[in-house]
Amino acid sequence: MSYIKVNNDIIDDKIAQELIDICPFNAFDYIDSFLSINAACKVCKICVKKGPEGTCEFIEETKEKIDKTLYKGITVYIEQRNNKVHRVSYELIGKAKELALKTKEPVYAVLIGSNVSHIVEETMRFGVDKIFVYEDDMYEDFNVEIYTNVIEEFYKNHKVNIILFGGTSQGRSFAPRVAARLKTGLTADCTMLDITNEGDLLQIRPAFGGNIMAKINTPNHRPQLATIRYKMFNEPELIKPFGEIGYEKSDSIKKETTISLLESFEKPQVNDISDAEIIIALGRAFKKKKDLDLIEPLRKRLNAELACTRPLIENGWFDARKQIGLSGRTVKPKLIINLGISGAVQYIEGMKEAELIISVNKDENNKLFDISHYSILGDIFEVLPKLNDLLDQIL
Amino acid sequence: MKIITCIKQVPASSKVEVDPETGVLIRDGNNVKMNPYDLYALETAYQIKKMYKEGDIHSVTMGPPSAKSVLEEALYMGSDDATLISDRRFAGADVLATAYTLSQLIEHINDYEIIVCGKQTTDGDTAQVGPEIAEFLSIPHVPYVKEIIEVKDKSIILRSAYDDYDEVVEVKYPCLITVEKGVNIPRLPSYRRKVKLKNYKINTVTLRDLKDQNPDNYGLNGSPTQVDEIFPPTKNNDSVLIKGDPDKLSQSIIDLLKESRFL
Repeated sequence: MSYIKVNNDIIDDKIAQELIDICPFNAFDYIDSFLSINAACKVCKICVKKGPEGTCEFIEETKEKIDKTLYKGITVYIEQRNNKVHRVSYELIGKAKELALKTKEPVYAVLIGSNVSHIVEETMRFGVDKIFVYEDDMYEDFNVEIYTNVIEEFYKNHKVNIILFGGTSQGRSFAPRVAARLKTGLTADCTMLDITNEGDLLQIRPAFGGNIMAKINTPNHRPQLATIRYKMFNEPELIKPFGEIGYEKSDSIKKETTISLLESFEKPQVNDISDAEIIIALGRAFKKKKDLDLIEPLRKRLNAELACTRPLIENGWFDARKQIGLSGRTVKPKLIINLGISGAVQYIEGMKEAELIISVNKDENNKLFDISHYSILGDIFEVLPKLNDLLDQIL
Repeated sequence: MKIITCIKQVPASSKVEVDPETGVLIRDGNNVKMNPYDLYALETAYQIKKMYKEGDIHSVTMGPPSAKSVLEEALYMGSDDATLISDRRFAGADVLATAYTLSQLIEHINDYEIIVCGKQTTDGDTAQVGPEIAEFLSIPHVPYVKEIIEVKDKSIILRSAYDDYDEVVEVKYPCLITVEKGVNIPRLPSYRRKVKLKNYKINTVTLRDLKDQNPDNYGLNGSPTQVDEIFPPTKNNDSVLIKGDPDKLSQSIIDLLKESRFL
């Protein structure tokens, strides 16, 4: 097995301390002049790369390599509910087509449902090479056990290289189930996808819950799986359908389940910020609910949607569907004005595609300034009243 | 009613950065806490026990020996048992290897009706480990649970919150549920329980105790995904910084909005 070996012959107190300091996971134990690695190690290899030379060594056991030429096709799982497709599926077709240009593979769609011919037709117009359709009365409502059996069968028969899922509440429950069934890797909530020099799927996502991004790949397992949030990519242009439609047999796929759906309730519609063109987003700097009144003149004038960061949801000031970020909604408006937001990476990833980003904050080192087109260094409680006066003057 | 709760110790602060020169992760690893979602998962487990009028709650975690403190917290909150699974050979585990390890531990415990997990952790943020554990155990899972409606002898009725809808489902035991944040008020650890459990010894399980002892299925070796590189998020180099007094700043906002024809 692969592991990190500590060369204790050349370790002294000073080197041990240096390694302990360099490890971001507190994985070194130094007891009785003996340095060892504990279970907190994430094998990030920083000790190997950045530690004193020769002290730590990565011992890699070469594993049998799979034959990657046996797996072909970038597949998008078409998510539907009540026979309506979640648009993230079409955005993923757009991305799949881009990736397929690099890998020279076909783009597939896989659809599970009942009476879904209208969805088949709609999907073909986004330009997939083939759609695989599994239709059965039992597939009418999403059921994680039954649907996992279908994807397992699909993969067994077609040996596709990649399957992409929307990072919706359904997709985030379904994709991990599929990953464990197929014993392969899955990267959640990718914000970018590409192809590595080795031809593998490059998956980029925020990592360690902090302000860092990680490049992740699945070098020796197939299929390669990823979930991607809504509004990360664009829907492709509609074209004249050219692909093949394959209705697959589903009789032999197991349909037993121990979960029964008793009832479902649609949540009352709120104006979805995902589709808003102008957004004013509010952050932690708003301490009192009364402070929100300061925004009203600007909001009215711009006819903007209000959105916010997580703390304001937790305060109970806003509906959870008004939250921007990877744990909320991804937005792509023409204009976003960020007020008093510190800019955690999970927020930034949720709005960085906006066409014009203006941010007001009193902290010059605020991360949001790094991606804003215009960064206004000032206290919102001083700037907003003045701004409201000016708005009064222009008609 | 036997309930297993999977909990995790996470960094207390999300202030993690990469030194752009050296590529070294800078993080304050000494401050740790229980994953906030797990507090709600634990409280949900205690409520199931209360609704069923009897039950036994076994909290488990995977991590280094120092992760025992998160199990102590669970015991003082109300868990009846606690087990740590820890082995150097689990180092470098991704989601699949972590879920597999926990599923092996649960098979080792081998006595449960319900497994309760938090929806996700605040350090990994994937929400994948719960569903993957369920798959490895070949049991159903119900995600995003926000309400326990009824606890029956052979099944449980739950309400889950999806993006735009709620679902009420009935699921037979054994099953796994993941719990949304904010759905109840987690109790605080009690001093009385701390005194009562003074002599309680937390169980420790290592690879040697598991049914599958092949080290290739654990840790880095059992992990299909690999992190190639970590890097700070990209900056927009065209960013214009505007400084000045509030009068100047508010005027420049107006000018920008006029220029881009929003006003």
